Amino acid sequence: MSLWRDIKGTLQPFWVTLCNMMRRPVTVQYPEQKQQMAQRYRGRLMLTRDPEGHERCVACHLCSAACPVDCISMQAAEGDDGRRHAAWFRINFTRCIFCGLCTEACPTLAIQVTGEFELAGRDPLKLVWEKDDLLVDHGGHTPDYNFYRQSGVGVAAPRGGLPTETAPVDPKDLMP
Amino acid sequence: MIDGLIMIVLILIKLGVIFAVIMTMAAYLVLAERKILARMQLRHGPNRVGPFGMMQPLADVIKLLTKEDFLPDRADKWLFLLAPGMAAVTAILTFAVVPFGPPLQVFGHELPLVVIDLNVGVLYFLGLSSLAVYGVALGGWASNSKYSLLGGIRGLAQLISYELSMGLALVPVVMLARSFSLTDIVLAQQAAPFILVNPLAFLIFLVSVVAESKRTPFDMPEAENELVGGFHTEYSGMRFGLFFVGEYINLVILSSMVTVFFLGGWLGPLLPGVIWFGVKVLALCFFFIWVRGSLPRLRYDQLMHFGWKILLPLALLNVLLTGAVLLWSRT
Ligand code: SF4
Ligand code: SF4
Repeated sequence: MSLWRDIKGTLQPFWVTLCNMMRRPVTVQYPEQKQQMAQRYRGRLMLTRDPEGHERCVACHLCSAACPVDCISMQAAEGDDGRRHAAWFRINFTRCIFCGLCTEACPTLAIQVTGEFELAGRDPLKLVWEKDDLLVDHGGHTPDYNFYRQSGVGVAAPRGGLPTETAPVDPKDLMP
Repeated sequence: MIDGLIMIVLILIKLGVIFAVIMTMAAYLVLAERKILARMQLRHGPNRVGPFGMMQPLADVIKLLTKEDFLPDRADKWLFLLAPGMAAVTAILTFAVVPFGPPLQVFGHELPLVVIDLNVGVLYFLGLSSLAVYGVALGGWASNSKYSLLGGIRGLAQLISYELSMGLALVPVVMLARSFSLTDIVLAQQAAPFILVNPLAFLIFLVSVVAESKRTPFDMPEAENELVGGFHTEYSGMRFGLFFVGEYINLVILSSMVTVFFLGGWLGPLLPGVIWFGVKVLALCFFFIWVRGSLPRLRYDQLMHFGWKILLPLALLNVLLTGAVLLWSRT
């Protein structure tokens, strides 16, 4: 009977809503109650350090290349021991969409996500975070990983100075 | 002389109180609706402004008053400015004939608890509710926007269709009470409220009233997800507020009408009449909110189909039956 079905279908929702009225709301009252974010929640980014306390980032630009909104910029530099690092490293959080693609691109696990999401403020320029703001003093989600343990540090300058090496080629000496 | 003065003062006080009560009720109905709907959806609803969000209506009014009163470029200026007023004023005017309590004795004067007891109160109510359509139709027409126009046309068609069944559902009531005056209709329900005498008319009237108030499941004129906002798409600030307040005043009025026509008005045991009236009206308002929380919006053809092919014949049949029973019981 379609009439019976219609009548039942009209009356049933009333019962459902009445039952729901008696139940407790599931809303989290945000500023007073904080939600426990999931372990792998993608919030603000951080730059982590390896177990020895050095910066992990080698300024390879992979994260800034992977970033879909181009909000990471940096300049590479090299230390005396041949170890690369970022001279400056900047993330514009007004543009970041918290997609986490940069963390997936990073070969050294330097850039990682945190569970923090309360970034709102009145001054957009305060959301442009420099390296000092981003650097933390721990290893983030992977405290034991040490990229340089596996790969070793590059040869220190001046390159090609060891007895077993040939001197680097000067491409300009072929010029007329 | 003094007598006349006292009478005028009393009437003015009565008018002021009625106006204040209706406005407050409309404002707090908005809050109540938001709260109740929220609870039905397992949310809290507004609870930030004041204790339990009780000051929310005030905040809303301040917000609406301070917003820009926007006039679309090619709108029909005067009609556009007039339409929201029509919606709100017709709603308030209807309350003039609603008797909300038995006559009161003040300083030896008899003060009827109704603004004016018209002997054609039913017709006045039907006429004003037809006039209220102009607010919707003119607002939709004058905005010069396709969404508003569609909303206005829908509103016009819907309200006209359902007004018919609404009027026809009232015919048995008038036949039973043998009067067009709302006070007489209430008094005719001393023995039993008309909801028990003629439940079919009550159901038809209730459905038509929900359609008349333009609320879910009959909110075609403002169907948000098809027409943006329907007839009030182009309105902003307090003009939108007037439409909005008009809708809720209308809700109060229509609940009062259902109370008067079918639930026995102020009649009831123990408690004073005014309180009984208030309780009944509030219960009906809750019912309207409950309907909104429970039923989805009808499709436009379903709406027309239901109005013309089911409600109208049923109402006609009901008039016939009631007439036959009345004739038979008299002889
Ligand atoms: S989370 Fe996404 S948007 Fe943000 S910096 Fe990383 S790659 Fe760019
Ligand atoms: S991908 Fe990792 S290592 Fe490379 S620049 Fe970005 S943060 Fe540094």
